[in-house]
Amino acid sequence: MPGPQSPQFSSVADVAERLAAAGYLPDAQISTTVFLADRLGKPVLVEGPAGTGKTELAKALATATGSELIRLQCYEGLDEARALYEWNYKKQLLRIQASQGTDGADWDTVHDDIFGEEFLLSRPLLTAIRRTEPTVLLIDETDKADVEVEALLLEVLSDFQVTIPELGTITAVRRPMVVLTSNATRELSEALKRRCLYLALDYPSAEREREIVLSRVPGLAPGLADQLVRTVRALRALELKKSPSISETLDWAQTLLELGLDTLDESAMRSTLGVILKHASDQTRAAAELRLN
Amino acid sequence: MTSRVPAVEPGGLAGHLDGFVRAVRDAGVPVGISQAVDAAEILTVVDLLDREQLRHGLAAVLLQRAAQRPTYDVLFDLWWPLSDRPPVPEDDRDEAPGDGGGEADCTLDLPGSAEDLAELMRAELLRLLLDGDEEALRRLARAAVERLGRGQPSPSGQSFFSYRVMRALSPDTLVARLLSGLLAEGDRGGLAEQVARQTLRERLAAFRAAVEAEVRRRTAAEKGRDKLAKSAVRPMADQVDFLRAQAADLAELRRAVAPLARRLAVRLSARRRLAREGRLDFRKTVRASLGTGGVPVVTHHRSRTVHKPELVVLCDVSGSVAGFSHFTLMLTQALREHFTGVRAFAFVDSTDEVTRFFRPGADVVDAVQRIGREADVVAFDGHSDYGNAFEVFADRWATAVGPRTSLLVLGDGRTNYRPPGLPVLADLVRRSRSAHWLNPEPQRMWGSGDSAADRYGEVIDMVECRNATQLAEFVTTL
Ligand SMILES: Nc1ncnc2c1ncn2[C@@H]1O[C@H](COP(=O)(O)OP(=O)(O)OP(=O)(O)O)[C@@H](O)[C@H]1O
Ligand SMILES: [Mg+2]
Repeated sequence: MPGPQSPQFSSVADVAERLAAAGYLPDAQISTTVFLADRLGKPVLVEGPAGTGKTELAKALATATGSELIRLQCYEGLDEARALYEWNYKKQLLRIQASQGTDGADWDTVHDDIFGEEFLLSRPLLTAIRRTEPTVLLIDETDKADVEVEALLLEVLSDFQVTIPELGTITAVRRPMVVLTSNATRELSEALKRRCLYLALDYPSAEREREIVLSRVPGLAPGLADQLVRTVRALRALELKKSPSISETLDWAQTLLELGLDTLDESAMRSTLGVILKHASDQTRAAAELRLN
Repeated sequence: MTSRVPAVEPGGLAGHLDGFVRAVRDAGVPVGISQAVDAAEILTVVDLLDREQLRHGLAAVLLQRAAQRPTYDVLFDLWWPLSDRPPVPEDDRDEAPGDGGGEADCTLDLPGSAEDLAELMRAELLRLLLDGDEEALRRLARAAVERLGRGQPSPSGQSFFSYRVMRALSPDTLVARLLSGLLAEGDRGGLAEQVARQTLRERLAAFRAAVEAEVRRRTAAEKGRDKLAKSAVRPMADQVDFLRAQAADLAELRRAVAPLARRLAVRLSARRRLAREGRLDFRKTVRASLGTGGVPVVTHHRSRTVHKPELVVLCDVSGSVAGFSHFTLMLTQALREHFTGVRAFAFVDSTDEVTRFFRPGADVVDAVQRIGREADVVAFDGHSDYGNAFEVFADRWATAVGPRTSLLVLGDGRTNYRPPGLPVLADLVRRSRSAHWLNPEPQRMWGSGDSAADRYGEVIDMVECRNATQLAEFVTTL
């Protein structure tokens, strides 16, 4: 197991400052959890609705620590060959065929040869473990992967080592910081959760969302940002099929700016509702409940 | 006025943490040994003087689901209370309590009579609600509990009540004045008013929560926290009984059930999509080819059994299961979004197909109302008649259930002592690929009174499904 690594952050406040400098505005819960992940060398599992800043957190963390971001995007059917490593099948076949012409090369040599480094296709998990430079490993949308992938993650994340039968065991020289994200479309296994620090992200407070808007869409007037954020919160309270997320708030802010609107009244909202609400039934409900007509 | 010794004395920290972890566990959060060990490590890493760091740090190792957080926060506030007010002489009690720095808002000159005091605080509340500074609202809440929330002193200690505070301040009656404060003349009636109302709802809720938290804190200081911990903690959303859900729980409950619905849909659709793939397993193929001189004579595939789910949901929407059926209809809607192969039927004393109300894109609330108005689920008196409902279903939709169908019955199996229609159900089960019945009543009630659940249980797999947690368990076994 790799020895203790010098921590990246000196305090919780340091985390907050450097994430903010990387364009991500954390709250106390986020900065504390990131700080602990760094100190304890544990992965963070970030869970929450779509568009609440899970993926962005990992990216900002990489920027803030000068690390490279290695991303494993999960999906149904993701397997070891895509997540960890795979042998370059075509290249191996070519090598075997090439050796058949020369009767000198005995089979053992060919065998050793085609299971060498040259034929290994490294996938994100292996890549992250083998890096010697600072690394943030983002395992995105973990809940989309099949349950079997969790067993693999558990193995890799507990020892930070990988055994390749033909090559032996590869151990991390430098542990990556690991961020797993999930939309909670299914419950991840207890074992995996225990291995991680748990960070539940929800929609931000009005105050923080206003700050996010102002920092991401700098041209927007503060008064309008305030109106916008309060309107988005009124929409969230309707419990629509798809509540508007931070992404939609930002898109909306950008739209208002581009249209040169300086207040968010009924007509402005009617003409831009599609930017925040994607389902027709949600738009109908919102228009009725917020008295747009 | 006593100022208690701070709850955490040096050296006793480990024991204190232990007690906290036990309380969290007692509240229904499964905390394992390794997490308890991790919690102890957290204490060595965070800044113990920063209460919020401690709160978030311990949460990161003790919790596994977002639904556990409100319960956790209540317990945290009891175990790591805000520092008690310093004992103050009677005559300058008007100093702001709590975290200090509260000079700005509570330098009220205290009048003698209780009515004047309440009036003054009410004016202050109005100002802060307009302003929206949540920290100032919390400070006011603490002061209000101190001055307006006291019950009759008794030998067991001083009691505090939030209802006394809320009655004295009656913040709900401020809404009209708040609205005119927030809105310009022409803004009434439209979008601006709706948005302002929501903003006020949030601020009022924050104030109420702060009052309740302070009452708990004072009560714990007076009477001991262990006594309080059990009563103070509301069940977590996913433990709330479907049949007993209060209006206040409904919104939270809906939020707990929504991801479950999605999860169920994803589970079913995942199987369907994976079945088509059957991708080549390169590694196995290459290994096998070594035996044939490197020529991949045999290719290996990752295979899955083909399974195209068809789901028929048969849902009791009678009054006795009103809370429950709302959620099962939500599930139905979510499933419909992902499959064409879902058909939904509702019944009270007769059955009607309700699939049409759940077109993809339809609104659940709307669908539930339309079922009540438009569907033909009552033929006689509007009291459950399972026997007739099953017969109508089997007769009118004879082909709905076939060898590829999963059948899901949702209801309490309370027949009003009418014939339960066992043979009809047994036949439906026989014809289906699989069949389950989700019952919102506790298992020990099955068969009591007019419940035929025990008898149904002999012909169909009957599953107790009282809350979102049990629903989740069922979803994973499906
Ligand atoms: N704290 C924040 N500070 C600044 N920007 C933020 C913050 N949180 C979210 N954002 C912005 O919100 C948008 C959505 O964030 P992100 O893509 O990380 O969401 P997500 O939680 O990963 O969503 P999904 O579940 O859909 O993948 C991004 O554009 C991001 O820049
Ligand atoms: Mg994402």
